[in-house]
Amino acid sequence: MTAKVVTITSGKGGVGKTTAVANIAVALASRGQKVVCIDGDIGLRNLDVVMGLENRIVYDLVDVVEGRCRLRQAMIHDKRLPELYLIPAAQTRDKSAVSPSDMVRLCDELRPDCDWIVIDSPAGIERGFRNAIAPADKVLVMTNPEVSAVRDADRVVGLLDAEEKGPASLIINRINPAMVKRGDMLSVEDVLDLLAIELIGIVPEDENVLVASNRGTPLALDGKSRAGLAFQNIARRLLGETVPFLDFEAPNLLQRLFTGRK
Amino acid sequence: MAPLFGRRRSANSAKERLQLVLIHDRTDLTPAELDALKDDLIATISRHVEIEPAAVDIRVAQEGRSQRLVADIPLRSSARRRAY
Repeated sequence: MTAKVVTITSGKGGVGKTTAVANIAVALASRGQKVVCIDGDIGLRNLDVVMGLENRIVYDLVDVVEGRCRLRQAMIHDKRLPELYLIPAAQTRDKSAVSPSDMVRLCDELRPDCDWIVIDSPAGIERGFRNAIAPADKVLVMTNPEVSAVRDADRVVGLLDAEEKGPASLIINRINPAMVKRGDMLSVEDVLDLLAIELIGIVPEDENVLVASNRGTPLALDGKSRAGLAFQNIARRLLGETVPFLDFEAPNLLQRLFTGRK
Repeated sequence: MAPLFGRRRSANSAKERLQLVLIHDRTDLTPAELDALKDDLIATISRHVEIEPAAVDIRVAQEGRSQRLVADIPLRSSARRRAY
């Protein structure tokens, strides 16, 4: 095994990175992959609650970096899947406790033993962002169909090119098909025109996302919701499958899905 | 897709505004600086050939993620010049 390191970042906060990391990791692991997720947001730990693993933390990323525990000891096994692990962020330390070279070293140690390492980047373009992208083989930039999120995504895409971490792939989250249809929300095509990067996922606005994070059970675990399905499709594309993008405007989408028509 | 009547849809404003903002973010060129550049170009070229200043079109065009400065500068034809 030689893991591929995928980092999810956005520039702007609150666009849905943590949810995406949890769901893509779950979707990859449910396809038989061995997956380790890393919460890169030091000081603002979040991936653990979204995944429902907050009560099982003993050691964190900073403990590993500072040598207080072995890497294995900081990996929390998500028992709902055979091979899904989380390395949580430290909650109490400042961001400077970890450097980009620490992240590269840590991922190099993990690579031989897993298929995927999925890193949740903090918002912004500071140290935490640099840490999260340093070990990445592939960066996914997430945005919402909203002016400030698209602008920040463009900035991040430019920085990734400059750091030779490009070309990034795009996830557009919280598309509301009804609003797009009546011309009050940027469409997928609009966002692609503006950012001019490859698309890897379109996730519709879906109330189930909040319900799932309330419960700590990522949507992709059952995959019956539209957002859960969208995240599973992203995982399949990462695995090299060609999966058509969901057509959210089709009135009988659910029928089509459950009759297996693509 | 755009409605034929009624108020202008907000997605169009969002896209147009973002197009301009992203050009400036990517190039560090403000609209004022672009105007100054335009004036300088017209002045420089006019020293060598006669041009139609009103028909000059200078803008930043996008090709994927790269930007290029595109200048369309019509020359005043020598036939018309002789007629003056």
